[in-house]
Amino acid sequence: MRLALPVYATVAALIVAAACGGKPAAAPAPVQTVNQDSIDAARRREQADRDAAAREQARRDSIARSSQESERVRRQRESDSLGTISRETEAVKAMIARAVHYDFDKADIRVGEDAGMLDEKLRVLQANPGLSVEIAGHADERGSDEYNLALGNRRAISAKQYLTTRGISPSRIGTRSMGEESPANPGHTEDAWAANRRGEFTVTAGGGALRRP
Amino acid sequence: MIPRVWRSAPLAILAALTTTAAARAQDTVPADRGVRIGITYTPGLRPGVLVLGGKHTELLDSTRAILLRDLDYSDRFELISLPGGDSLSVGLLSPGAAGPRPTATGVTAAPLELFVNYPLYAALGADYAVNVWRNDTTGAVAATVYDVKGETIRRQLSVPQGTVTDPAFRMAVHRVSDEVVRVAAGTAGVSATRLVFIQRGRAYRVDLDGAAMLPVSSEGMTALSPGWEPGGRRLVYTEFQAGRGPIYLMDLVTGERRLVPPTSQFLNYTAAFSPDGATLAFSRSSDEGTDVYTYNLASDCCLQRLTVGRFSDNLSPTFSPDGRRIAFVSTRPGLPQIYVMAADGTGQELFAPFDYGMTGSSNAPEWSPDGLSVAFHRDVAGSPQVFVMDVASRRVRQLTSAGRNEDPTWAPDGQHLAFVSDRTGSRQIWIIDLDTGRVRQVTRIGEARLPAWSQRISP
Repeated sequence: MRLALPVYATVAALIVAAACGGKPAAAPAPVQTVNQDSIDAARRREQADRDAAAREQARRDSIARSSQESERVRRQRESDSLGTISRETEAVKAMIARAVHYDFDKADIRVGEDAGMLDEKLRVLQANPGLSVEIAGHADERGSDEYNLALGNRRAISAKQYLTTRGISPSRIGTRSMGEESPANPGHTEDAWAANRRGEFTVTAGGGALRRP
Repeated sequence: MIPRVWRSAPLAILAALTTTAAARAQDTVPADRGVRIGITYTPGLRPGVLVLGGKHTELLDSTRAILLRDLDYSDRFELISLPGGDSLSVGLLSPGAAGPRPTATGVTAAPLELFVNYPLYAALGADYAVNVWRNDTTGAVAATVYDVKGETIRRQLSVPQGTVTDPAFRMAVHRVSDEVVRVAAGTAGVSATRLVFIQRGRAYRVDLDGAAMLPVSSEGMTALSPGWEPGGRRLVYTEFQAGRGPIYLMDLVTGERRLVPPTSQFLNYTAAFSPDGATLAFSRSSDEGTDVYTYNLASDCCLQRLTVGRFSDNLSPTFSPDGRRIAFVSTRPGLPQIYVMAADGTGQELFAPFDYGMTGSSNAPEWSPDGLSVAFHRDVAGSPQVFVMDVASRRVRQLTSAGRNEDPTWAPDGQHLAFVSDRTGSRQIWIIDLDTGRVRQVTRIGEARLPAWSQRISP
């Protein structure tokens, strides 16, 4: 609503520019001049109609603006603050959702990127005491089908332990194993396998409004 | 002093004078057969079997075809095919008869005075001949097993009648085949058994000849770890869903399904029956890790935790046939390896030896029905291969080498193993005969996994 007037002013200015010939310097002398007057007349009529419509719209907007000004300001402030919260919640959820990855047939948390990701999740959990998460451990397709269920479970436990040994209550972190049953990448390459050896985090409670750490 | 070579000469001459079959058998047993590890292959020592032709009817031909294939798949015989492939030329005609005798109905009457040409069968290398025939007087179908050398009838077996598309009829013919194997080889065959396996989340059962494949679990679910109750009436399997897995018992006759009560929580899998069918052992994964549990099905009570691995996982239990011990997988050495314990969880120790830092992961153990061996798969250069360990000596031998070969399961004869192999490009169920090393493909559907071999299916 706030932007309505400038938008219409711009539209009107563009239309006027178009009606005035647009590119007068580039336009050669028209070969056919018979209908030029009627074309110009039609353009002028069209322009007049548009100008009138724009003026009418601007007037209505102005009335609406003045009558709802206080309400608008109040709502805007509210929505600005809600927007901030929801944007922050989304950002924090994205931090949580980032999967950690594992080496082949290993459940250890890898130093570097993966440990850093868990440190970030740790700070999120510390900043949001009401938040609970669940970790689903996955394996690539290469190991034994049934052993992979145990391996996925071990991976989820390993990530959980990383957080609980740093002070997060075990009751806030659930675990489950998906084995090799839900690959993130259905391929059969090293890259696919690396992508599939993962721990996925999902929010199970307290995810309504999350605070950035 | 007579040179060594001269002393052995009479033996050589004697050997040359014995039957060609025996000579061939002895000549083809070199000590170094190379690629086949730990398998003694002795072609020609196996009895020769000839399945005789006879009158063509759909029933008789189907029965002969199933029987012939079963005898071949038993891996106990040399199947003899006649020159030109037409076994019908060895007929059962009366001596002197010019040909089949027409009857009023236009069909050939079963010759009551069978001419059994023992010398011919013997010349073809047959030790046994089998004739499938119909008694036109009574309408009964029978399989007669002839002892070619003894020139006698060894056994007459009644063959049920039915259509080839009926799994019950096929199973009945498989039972006849197994009896023929018993007569000719001393112990019964395993044709009258089935395999259950998983394909795309669904459990299927299939006959050993690849026929009569039927789904047994619901569509759209993820079934895992199928196993048979002793006797083959019920299946046990995990229904995996979003990281949780209850274990169900399914009655294959009624279709009725029952939850094993303590498995309603957590992820429970690799269920295995004790030989008496009273106890179920399984793996449970929870946030305490993965451990082996038992539950008494007979009295519906008493969940018992057999392993406590705080930093290791314990899974895939399999009972010894006397029910006293359980082999299982443990990750306590770092990588999964095969361990054993008493059925009450005491006395846990390493079972299949391995070289630390050298030997690959070992998984999916299954104790053989005779108790003498444990089959499992072990990673060799990144691919699982089927191994068998001799329980007494704890020596392991590798049975496979082409492609991925995993999840071995024993036939009730303790001579065959079914396993999953991708040697042809897709994962299929294969069977290997431990005596000869012969392998054959059972399924042709792809993505097959986790096979389990039933005991003999009783009528």
